[in-house]
Amino acid sequence: MAERHLEPDTPELRERWGNWSFNPAWKAKADEAISHYPAGRQKSAVMALLDYAQRQVGEETGTQGWLPIPVMEYVAGYLDMPIIRVVEVATFYTMYNLVPVGKFHVQVCGTTPCMLRGSDDILAACYKRGMRKGHTTEDGMWTLTEVECMGNCATAPMVQINDGNYEDLNTERLDAVLDALVAGETPKEGTQEPGRHTSEPSGGPTTLKEMVTENHDYRGEW
Amino acid sequence: MLADKDRIFTNVYGYQPWNLAAAQARGDWDNTKDILAKGPDAIVEEIKASGLRGRGGAGFPTGMKWSFMPKEPPMDHNGNPKPSFLVINGDESEPGSCKDREILRHDPHKLIEGALVAGFAMRARAAYIYVRGEFIREAETLSAAVAEAYEAGLIGKNAAGSGYDFDVFVHRGAGAYICGEETAMIESLEGKKGQPRLKPPFPAGAGLYGCPTTVNNVESIAVAPTIMRRGASWFSSFGRENNKGTKLFQISGHVEKPCVVEEAMSIPFRELIEKHCGGISGGWDNLLAVIPGGSSVPLVPAEQIMDAPMDFDGLKEVGSGLGTAGVIVMDKSTDVVRAISRISHFYMHESCGQCTPCREGTGWMWRVMERLRTGDADVEEIDMLHEVTKQVEGHTICALGDAAAWPIQGLIRHFRPELERRIAEHAATMKEAAE
Repeated sequence: MAERHLEPDTPELRERWGNWSFNPAWKAKADEAISHYPAGRQKSAVMALLDYAQRQVGEETGTQGWLPIPVMEYVAGYLDMPIIRVVEVATFYTMYNLVPVGKFHVQVCGTTPCMLRGSDDILAACYKRGMRKGHTTEDGMWTLTEVECMGNCATAPMVQINDGNYEDLNTERLDAVLDALVAGETPKEGTQEPGRHTSEPSGGPTTLKEMVTENHDYRGEW
Repeated sequence: MLADKDRIFTNVYGYQPWNLAAAQARGDWDNTKDILAKGPDAIVEEIKASGLRGRGGAGFPTGMKWSFMPKEPPMDHNGNPKPSFLVINGDESEPGSCKDREILRHDPHKLIEGALVAGFAMRARAAYIYVRGEFIREAETLSAAVAEAYEAGLIGKNAAGSGYDFDVFVHRGAGAYICGEETAMIESLEGKKGQPRLKPPFPAGAGLYGCPTTVNNVESIAVAPTIMRRGASWFSSFGRENNKGTKLFQISGHVEKPCVVEEAMSIPFRELIEKHCGGISGGWDNLLAVIPGGSSVPLVPAEQIMDAPMDFDGLKEVGSGLGTAGVIVMDKSTDVVRAISRISHFYMHESCGQCTPCREGTGWMWRVMERLRTGDADVEEIDMLHEVTKQVEGHTICALGDAAAWPIQGLIRHFRPELERRIAEHAATMKEAAE
C-alpha cells in the first residue's frame, strides 16, 4: 500500500480551515453529484465531493489543492457520514492530496510501458529542475510524484500535470512543456510528437484513413 | 487485415468530433428503438450467439453474464421490488492497457448507446459508468456526451422513444487500480474504500446497494449496438472458434510505432506488429519477450509469441493470456528483471491491504525481485520466491494476488538462467572486492 499520512491537526490548521465551506459554484456541482444516487445513498457522492473540495482549496491556494482535516469534516457533515469513513476514502485513493502541494503537480508515470520508452529520462529531467519525489520545491511551483500506470501506454512516456496529460515525451519536449507552464502559458495537451494526432501509429494511421479528413460513414459498405 | 467497414470504433483516433451529431452521422443512435423492440431476451440471445467475450481481461461470455440477471425483480424486506443496475467498468488501469480511454474520449456515444441496449437487456434501471480518476479529460467528454444524450431524449424517461426509462451516470474514481475489480468497484460506488467483497453472493444476486448488478467493461458494452445492427453472425465471422469478434489492441514498448488499433481476434502477433506498428525496434531478431495482455499475464519469450494467434486460447497455449490485449513488447536492450520488478512494485502499490498474503506478499516479492535485479541474492532464493508466489496465488479474495504472482512466475519460467547469471556475477564481484 502507498505510504500516506495526514497533515497534522494543529490549532493553526483549525484556524486556517475551520470555517471552510463550498462556494456556490462547487456547492451546485456537489448537489448535482448527490442527485446521481438513490435517496439515502448520498455517501456514494463522497468521492466527487472530496474532489470538488480539493479543487476549491486549490483555487483558494493557487495550487492543485489538498484536503485539510476540517475540510474532510465539512464533507462528512454535508453527506451525514462519520468523519472516519471520509478519512478512509481520502487516504485510500491516491488522487486526494493529504498534504499541501505545489502549483503544478508533476506526476510522472514510471510503470513498465513508460519505463521501456524512457521514463527514467523524464524523471531525471525533473530532478535537474530541483524537483524531488514526494516533495514540493521551495518556490511552491512543483510537486513531483512517480505514479503508477496512467493508461497512456501507446503514447508513452507521459506525465500528468494537474488536469492535463503530456505524452510522447523526451527530455526536450518535457522541458518545453514545463517552460511554458512557468511562463504562464497553456501548452497543448496530449501527444507532444509533431505530426501525431493521438494514438494512431506515428506517421499516420494504417487504418480508417478516410476518417482523417472527413466524418466518413462506413454503413454504405456493410 | 480487417476491412475498415468492419471496424466498430471508426473514430478511435479522434480525427472527427465525438459529439452527438457527428456520432449519429457515423451510425450511432440509428433507430435504437428498433433494437430495443426486439425485447430483452432476444438481445441477450443475439449477444450470446455473437460469441462476444468480456473485453476487460477475464473473457467471460458477455451474453451469458447478462442472462444471470433476474427477470423478475427480487423484493426488499419491505416487499418493494429492488431495482437492477448496470455498472460499466472504465477504471482502465492495467499497465499496458489504453483502449477504453480512446472509446471514452473519441466515441463516447457508442458507449452510452451500449449502456441503454445492455441495461434494457438486463432490465436495469440505470447505468453507472465508473471512469478512473486520472482520466480527467475523458470524464469531461463522457459527461458532456451523456448530457447531449439526455437533451436529445436518447436516455432518461422514454429513452430513445422506446417507452423504457433508463438513466446513465458518470462516477469518477480517484486513483485506485483495485477498483477495476468488480466488487471493489461496487464498494467504491457506494462511497467506500475499494476493497473487494467475498463472492458469493455474486453481483447479479446482490451487487450495488444490495441490488442485482452486472459489471461489464467499457469495450464489451460499446460493441453491443453494432453487434445488434449487423447481427451475431457478422461479429462471429472474425476470429477463431471460441475467440470471436474484433478487438482493440494496444501495443506499447519496443515497437517502431506504438498504437491502438482495432483488428480481428486471432490475428497472428507478427502480422499485428508488421501491419500497424512498423515492426520490432531493431528487427525481429532483436525481440526478447512480450507481455501480451497487460501486466498481470506472464511474459512470453520471442520465439513462442512470434506466430501465436492473438486470442484467448492462442495465448493460453503459450502459458499466458489475452487479458485486455495490452501488448507490451520488450527488445533485447530490456533489463527484463527490472521490467518485471517494476510490475511487482505496481502491485505492491495497488494492493488494497485487505488480505494478508497480498498485502505482505506483494511487498516481499518486490523486495526480492529488486535483489534479483542486482544479483544480490542466493540461487535458492529463486525457488523460494517461486514458492511464495504460489502461496499468494489463489489465497486472496480477488485476483490481484494472482496478478502479482504470475509475472514473476513467467520470469522464473523463461529467464531463470538470466537470474542465475546475475547472482553469479554479483558473487564474483563481491569476492573480487573482498580479495
